[in-house]
Amino acid sequence: MPHIALPEGLNGIRSAMAFRPEVAQPLSELAEVLLHGPHSLTAGERELIATYVSSLNGCYYCQMSHGAIAAAHLDGNEELVRCVKEDFRRAEISDKLKALLEIAAKVQRGGRNVTAEDAANARRYGATDLEIHDTVLIAAFFCMCNRYVDGLATTQPGDEALYRERGKQVACEGYVSAGKTYQPPAARTR
Amino acid sequence: MPHITLQEGLPGISAGFAFRPETAKPMRELAHILLHEPGPLTPGERELIATYVSARNDCYFCQASHGGAAAAHLGSEEVVQKVKVDPEAAPVSAKLRALLNIAGKVQSGGKNVSEEDVARARELGATDHEIHDTVLIAAAFCMYNRYVDGLGTWQPEDASMYAQMGKHLAEHGYRKP
Repeated sequence: MPHIALPEGLNGIRSAMAFRPEVAQPLSELAEVLLHGPHSLTAGERELIATYVSSLNGCYYCQMSHGAIAAAHLDGNEELVRCVKEDFRRAEISDKLKALLEIAAKVQRGGRNVTAEDAANARRYGATDLEIHDTVLIAAFFCMCNRYVDGLATTQPGDEALYRERGKQVACEGYVSAGKTYQPPAARTR
Repeated sequence: MPHITLQEGLPGISAGFAFRPETAKPMRELAHILLHEPGPLTPGERELIATYVSARNDCYFCQASHGGAAAAHLGSEEVVQKVKVDPEAAPVSAKLRALLNIAGKVQSGGKNVSEEDVARARELGATDHEIHDTVLIAAAFCMYNRYVDGLGTWQPEDASMYAQMGKHLAEHGYRKP
């Protein structure tokens, strides 16, 4: 049971954001820029970073929902998502993304763990400053979201089909639009 | 030296914000709502939560700047120091001590917050809104701290700079640079 009285019928971060719509707006906007907006990293790559960090933080809801969004971006390749979570060094992803995932893992344990060598290594495989910046921020952002979702003990259903369905929708619509579905109709048209 | 090319002379998070204005905007907005806008907890209390979490994450820039903001709101640097060292022994309300306990749990991982932690805060008068915001402030600083340190930003050790920055933040909030 959640630690506070959250709106019923909603799960995970959506129930928390519905409790406090004022913060939902900046949270959705940040997710949109980092994960869904135009970028030199594909949306699938960015969602893999989000999923990996969420799995390191042990947040079931976030790793399931972002894993599903990642798979939706990657032609339904759930196996690749599983491989990245299990051991990304052996997954079939680019060397650049592996180097960025190393940085994300360091950020997850604490920002000071990232070294100049980590950044130089990512750069060697073609990563730009913007890509390194956004990797650090995606990892940091999920260290927030995971704690928000688990710290309130939100409801996190175990039915994988739910995440798959929602994942397809968010992959298509993005966070700002999909995020409004819990709000009263008047707010949705804004 | 920062891990990416950041504008020189900008300390801590302001260098990250200048590098990427698109992400700076919602990050500033979130801080403004959580720390500065009117709410059931005073801005000073909320800045103490931010400072405490930043100290636990060992982020120098964030604990110094938000410590400065807390001191400006509360008119006391001593309270800030005591909260950082041991919130249970700090001269703050029993309710705030219970909320700081929750914030510390969130910092070490969201699942660590127990029903007992929440019940204690509630018995001392904390509302759902206050518990929610405490959890989110603590979680948000697990982001800001990692962002500031993960980019290797410049964090000058200049107490008067942070005192001044804190005063500015306490007065104007976080929306504008």
